Amino acid sequence: MAQMRDLKRRIRSVQSTQHITRAMKMVAAAKLRKAQAQVTAARPYAAKLEEVVERLVAAADQEPQPLAARREVKKAGYVLITADRGLAGGYNANLIRLTEERLREEDRPAALVVVGRKGRDFFRRQPVEIVNSFTDLGDNPDLTQARELARQLVTMYLEGTLDEVNLVYTRFYSTIRQVPTVERLLPIATSREKKDTGNYIYEPSPGAVLRDLLPRYCEIKVYRAILEAKASEHGARMTAMDNATKNAAEMIDKFTLSFNRARQAAITGEILEIVAGADALK
Amino acid sequence: MASLNLEIITPERVVLQAEAISVTAPGIQGYLGVLPEHAPLITSLQAGVVTCHRQEGTEERLAVSGGFLEAGPDRVIILADTAERAEEIDVDRARKARERAEQRLRERPPGLDVARAEAALRRATARLKAAGAM
Repeated sequence: MAQMRDLKRRIRSVQSTQHITRAMKMVAAAKLRKAQAQVTAARPYAAKLEEVVERLVAAADQEPQPLAARREVKKAGYVLITADRGLAGGYNANLIRLTEERLREEDRPAALVVVGRKGRDFFRRQPVEIVNSFTDLGDNPDLTQARELARQLVTMYLEGTLDEVNLVYTRFYSTIRQVPTVERLLPIATSREKKDTGNYIYEPSPGAVLRDLLPRYCEIKVYRAILEAKASEHGARMTAMDNATKNAAEMIDKFTLSFNRARQAAITGEILEIVAGADALK
Repeated sequence: MASLNLEIITPERVVLQAEAISVTAPGIQGYLGVLPEHAPLITSLQAGVVTCHRQEGTEERLAVSGGFLEAGPDRVIILADTAERAEEIDVDRARKARERAEQRLRERPPGLDVARAEAALRRATARLKAAGAM
């Protein structure tokens, strides 16, 4: 029967989709684990660096630091970190929405630096200035890429192309919870409270060490943002693909039920025909 | 005998965590040695070799390419941009990199970034020294 053949074909098609979504889910899970390990591995360095920076800022109070100096913002920069690929649920859409909101609220001229193909492709068609874009970071971004990006941002800030730099990325809390956030990168926010400086000797001088240290502080912040964004991407994709696999299973169940019904109806019909035929012979 | 807890950390991992009786590191103003009970110190590092002298008289050498060192009475923390243990170093590659940098500095092609070439030379030299190939 035509209907049965149709149902069979649809079941098979949904099954093959399910194979793909299941495979993607596994791949995302494996990549997520790796990305999480990277985030964890970056933590000791970041924590220590932050501690040293804080102590130094207190000690090098008199020396002005260009990277920590606030100035009049003629152009605010937003660095949007999206994924290169889709099929990750609302991951990219949420980030883009947040960025759009921020740009709308922004009363100063703004410009974007986009990381990831999805963000670039979206904002290319929007009336926003894009200063630079990076794509193909890969699944396990390394420090070199983060350094390159951070260096460019620092240069733009120092040259005055951008007077403020914000990172827009997705913070990773857990496999099912990732939150798009905006975080200021430059000028570096330093707590003004006086810390116990502990009588450290600084070589060559507190200001010089700090001048060396602040760019690295930016690097590690960018690196962490990229790692968190990657972990979130894989987490979001895993959840999305898990849902897709479940939906596929549901659909297969529904179609199988219809198929069985149709088959039963066909059999009943045949029996009725036979009985009717036998009756006619009497 | 008093000892130091030495930690060498890069953004990507903790490279070394060891007990040492003294540590030498390439400070921005020249190599410096740290013994237990050192006064609190923070200094920038340049590319060079970090040596960790152990209690047993052995030593471990690592190549770092710049970063920071924080010393306290019983610990030394090195935040390095990159750090490699001697056994992780690709000697052939380092040697080639060194030759390349030397050649560039000798010939001085127009548009040469001298500071960058010198930094490359220092890094390659540090690797070779740490690996014991120089």
